[in-house]
Amino acid sequence: MDEFGTAFAHAFRLLAGFDDELYGNVALSLEVNLAAVVLAAALGVPLGGVLAVYRFAGRRACAVLLNAMMGLPPVVVGLVVYLMLSRSGPFSVLDLLFTPGAMIVAQTILVTPIVAALTRQILESEWSAYRDQLTSLGCGPGRAIPTLVWEAREAVLTTLLAGFGRAAAEVGAVIIVGGNIAHYTRVMTTSIALETGRGNLALALGLGIVLLLLSLVINGLAWALRETREEAVAWRAP
Amino acid sequence: MARAVRPASILPLVLDRVGVEIGGQVLVAEVDHRFEEGGLSVILGPNGAGKSLLLRVAHGLLAPSRGAVRWLGPGAAAARRHQAMVFHRPVLLRRSVLGNVVFALRLKGVAQREAVVRAGEVLEATGLSDKSDLSAGSLSGGEQQRLALARAWAVEPEVLFLDEPTSNLDPAASWAIETLIRSISASGTKIIMTTHDLPLVRRLADELLFLHRGRLLVAGGAADLFAQPKTPELVAFLEGELRW
Repeated sequence: MDEFGTAFAHAFRLLAGFDDELYGNVALSLEVNLAAVVLAAALGVPLGGVLAVYRFAGRRACAVLLNAMMGLPPVVVGLVVYLMLSRSGPFSVLDLLFTPGAMIVAQTILVTPIVAALTRQILESEWSAYRDQLTSLGCGPGRAIPTLVWEAREAVLTTLLAGFGRAAAEVGAVIIVGGNIAHYTRVMTTSIALETGRGNLALALGLGIVLLLLSLVINGLAWALRETREEAVAWRAP
Repeated sequence: MARAVRPASILPLVLDRVGVEIGGQVLVAEVDHRFEEGGLSVILGPNGAGKSLLLRVAHGLLAPSRGAVRWLGPGAAAARRHQAMVFHRPVLLRRSVLGNVVFALRLKGVAQREAVVRAGEVLEATGLSDKSDLSAGSLSGGEQQRLALARAWAVEPEVLFLDEPTSNLDPAASWAIETLIRSISASGTKIIMTTHDLPLVRRLADELLFLHRGRLLVAGGAADLFAQPKTPELVAFLEGELRW
């Protein structure tokens, strides 16, 4: 159990020593994860909204499919993205394989179903509560989506955090499509995997602690954002 | 608040043998009625008579299973635009009091700047201007109902549907709502409301429709019907003896 003690020491030394490699890893992790969450939000929130307010054939099947896709195995997604981007794949011209771009693509695929499925669930219950009133005011389903998102802003923000959590914790997909190249596509989780493989358990654990702190900071920021939003009651809301 | 330019009227509103059936149960049956311009119409009846359902059908929120709802006025093409409804439990958005009214105006295509000005006027007229920056959720029940009314009034509807506007309110709040309903009615808006608050009906109603078990038993001038209730069910209801 020595590892735990040394792990904290490692974590502290890495953070306090402004270790270049560590901060590079952290920066890239943040960049890739945040980009994936932003893309997933741009795709998933409207998709969830459409599934929540429109009635069409196959809607239920779409919802079931989305829910199932929340559990997509990262390695499988990584493999599929790898095949798509590889030299013989259909998207080889993009030249994305083994770049941070490829990691963003893979993580967006992992996070979008989470954001879309949870948003659908949230907005569906909002819609049932607001439907008559909004319809009465002349607000059709399409126009209602941004309004409902705003009404349920905290819950939607929480789904984005869940998506961020999925991206930040994930290693299988990014290691396949990114290749874990030092200073280029190496992120927190892939270095933890690498150090574990090398037998540097304390260092790996130290990196894990840093990752945990990072997640804590992100969630704290989101919380703070929520608080200030609550105070500044905006009437220009959508 | 007076209507600036009065658009072509959407009234009369005709309910043509309207029926509503949900899950094989007939909840409203063969309701025939013609709502004319002006005045305040009250749909009266015990709980479960189908009053709210009928109101939702008339407002277009629910398609009737049988029959039809027709707007016959010269402005009928824009009927959807010129009506509003306030629900039994006010549905407010999670934004400021002012924001709730502005939202409704923006949906009607009013520019942001003008919407803020008009919303301010409506809040002034409804006694809510000192609360305009508060979150709508922080208002009391009576104030929330008043805000819902203010929001509906702001869009200057020709017809305003009210579903039991004073139920669940204490006497002071009820009185405030009643005063507001009078002002809205006086501004030229046709009000069609449901309620089982008999004293309120006596004070406000011009026209009375009595609904019982989904059927329209009797309709006519309120004063006449109070003097001569015509059907035993209405007699019993007015005397507080009709339970269902």
